[in-house]
Amino acid sequence: MYPVLAATALSPNVTRLVVEAPRIAQVRQPGQFVIVRRGPDAERIPLTIADADAEAGTITLVIQAVGKSTMDLVEVAPGDSIADVVGPLGSPTELLTTGHAVCVGGGVGTAVVHPIAQGLAALGVPVTSVIGGRSREWVIFEEELRRYGPVLVCTDDGSYGRHGFVTDALRDLLDEGGVDHVYAVGPVPMMKAVSALTLPYKVPTLVSLNAIMVDGTGMCGGCRVSIGGVSKYACVDGPEFDAHQVDFGLLADRLTTYRDFEQAAVARRTACLLPALAEAAAR
Amino acid sequence: MTDQAERPTLTNREKMAIERNSMPEQAAQTRVLDFSEVNLGFTELLAVSEAERCLQCKNPTCIEGCPVRVNIPRFIDLVARGDVHGAAESLLDDNALPCVTGRVCPQETQCEGKCLRGKKGAPVAIGALERYVADWALTHRDQMPLTVHPPSGKRVAVVGSGPAGLTAAGELAKSGHHVTIFEAFHAAGGVLIYGIPEFRLPKDIVQSEVDRLRDQGVEIQVDAVIGRTWTLHELREMYDAVFLAVGAGLPVFMNVPGEHLKGVYSANEYLTRVNLMGAFRADSDTPVLHGQRVAVVGGGNVAMDAVRTARRMGASEAIIVYRRGHDELPARREEVHHAEQEGVRFELQVAPTEVLGNDERWVTGLRCVRMELGEPDESGRRRPVEVPGSEFILPCDMVVVAIGTRSNPLLTASEPDLAINEWGYLIVDDSGMTSLPGVFAGGDIVRGAATVILAMGDGKRAANAIARYLDPEAAKAADAAAAAEAAQAAEAAQAARAARVAEAVEAAKAARAAKEAAAAVDAASRPEGPTA
Repeated sequence: MYPVLAATALSPNVTRLVVEAPRIAQVRQPGQFVIVRRGPDAERIPLTIADADAEAGTITLVIQAVGKSTMDLVEVAPGDSIADVVGPLGSPTELLTTGHAVCVGGGVGTAVVHPIAQGLAALGVPVTSVIGGRSREWVIFEEELRRYGPVLVCTDDGSYGRHGFVTDALRDLLDEGGVDHVYAVGPVPMMKAVSALTLPYKVPTLVSLNAIMVDGTGMCGGCRVSIGGVSKYACVDGPEFDAHQVDFGLLADRLTTYRDFEQAAVARRTACLLPALAEAAAR
Repeated sequence: MTDQAERPTLTNREKMAIERNSMPEQAAQTRVLDFSEVNLGFTELLAVSEAERCLQCKNPTCIEGCPVRVNIPRFIDLVARGDVHGAAESLLDDNALPCVTGRVCPQETQCEGKCLRGKKGAPVAIGALERYVADWALTHRDQMPLTVHPPSGKRVAVVGSGPAGLTAAGELAKSGHHVTIFEAFHAAGGVLIYGIPEFRLPKDIVQSEVDRLRDQGVEIQVDAVIGRTWTLHELREMYDAVFLAVGAGLPVFMNVPGEHLKGVYSANEYLTRVNLMGAFRADSDTPVLHGQRVAVVGGGNVAMDAVRTARRMGASEAIIVYRRGHDELPARREEVHHAEQEGVRFELQVAPTEVLGNDERWVTGLRCVRMELGEPDESGRRRPVEVPGSEFILPCDMVVVAIGTRSNPLLTASEPDLAINEWGYLIVDDSGMTSLPGVFAGGDIVRGAATVILAMGDGKRAANAIARYLDPEAAKAADAAAAAEAAQAAEAAQAARAARVAEAVEAAKAARAAKEAAAAVDAASRPEGPTA
């Protein structure tokens, strides 16, 4: 059992959980993830390790509650436990040791890019972060990323920072020159756009692929992605790959495999809550 | 225990007259509706009758056929005498997972394949008897006291909790070693829980076998991936010996266009979702696709498990697509037979060349070619050759690829000094030790995808080798004791033989004397001549 020590809401459906997992906290590296199972009948879901404190023996998970399993997970109250946290899984990020890196985070992906910025900064690499969200309330991890270098914030509606997409801010940086490496994590369309943007600039770009997986050790093959036309497993060969080789269309398609199931599960979950809510309202 | 004296011993002629008892099973029409177990097990009456068929051979060949060397005639004799408790103790002494092997072993090619009675008629149903005795032990745990073994002070790490790892752990615990099993999944059992379906091996049975090991003091650490959570190097520093039994967990795909389409599963993924993650239950949080027309590519036991699972998950058509013929199907006959009973369709001598999909990238069919069987290849099976112009489309909405697995490099790649062969499997010596001193290995990560019982055989052998490695002196003493015992037994056998010969000679002498005496009496009583 893995006790939850703190739970903080970061944006309307994004929650940060600090979980006691001393071994993982001790050995995890940037880019690695864990697979979490809330309880006995719960699904196994992969989550990037957003941060860790080896001394305190804790890891930080940032969860966007979009399906039944993630909704259940963010409801774990401090003091309660998560049944299983396995990891660290995946290959660590290949961190460049020279030059200037730009870390691009979109929505909850900002939490995933955080340990990369942290790792680069630890190696003395100058880091600029470009992060974004739909509006101000969806921007996360700004303060944390400022520890490692300048942070450019973009919002789709202009309610905070620059009015526009992260790609707009990134294009300016690329035009200015001096960008040696880009790390981008976010929704598939964002990563695809970043990849298309950096390609003509010939700037090496890594993306982290959130494929569907079960075991996280290479056993199920469910997370297969197409990299330069070759089939790779996101769980062991990745999760990070050369963005310019990724078939994003395929990834986006495969991510919809269980859409119907997920919608039904969420509907069931909400339906279950209705009597309780009605009762609460009556009181 | 029943009174042994009351049961008369049957003569061999009487034993030979008993016909093989078949195990009751659920009717095919009802069993495809859920995941309850197909085979129902012997009743006491059937078990005793079947046990009485055993001829109790002086040199039992059945034991030679068993990878874990279960003393088969011994436990069967106890069943025949009505002493199922004694039989259970005997069986558990040899086999750490008898409930499992009694269900999933290919007995027809092992113990039963070697049974003398099989030479003329049907062999003794050893698997069904093993299952009967093992299940009795499970339901009578209070009567099966655990022997507590004095601690040796040595610590052994077992990596992987599949059949090889569990068997090794059980054997090592018997030697008093402190064993910790590391399992990557959240539950112990390996292929026994993620792969083999509920209807063939109920998960609470596996859980009970795992619990029995826990009761023996074996520690099980789940959520631990060696090569990630801990390195092998760290385990070697923390433990006196390590046994690697991580399996061959990487699925092989067909490498044809369209395999990335939605609705294409590896057998590993499909079975894991349904079995381990419980997706066969309506309220499961783990999603799985419910194909209506499911094509399973492959002809082995895993393919049969997948296709029968698809039937139970509601597929109106579940189809095996296999490139060779019926006789070449690598699956156990029983599995093929059960699949046929359950309405599975077999597309034999057919090979897929492409997975077809629609605009939304969902599977719509398999493009296939028909094959004919040519000359035997190196495996001895006839090589399938494409029939020109035989292309056709097999419509389906889900495909499960069950054409084998290969070695998972997660652990082996993290330790460059660990010697592997060209296929990525670990190289071990006769004792099961890898190129790293004190690191042993067995099961699929050494031999490639094989069976539960072969992995268990490796586990047992490696446990013995580890015990020797940890305490060479005790091993020598045990060897000497065993040799002395064997010599004593040989001497006793020799004496018995001599006694039997002497007895026979005496008997012959007595018979001759009696005959002579009778002849003399006869002569004396004979009338002098034909006088009348």
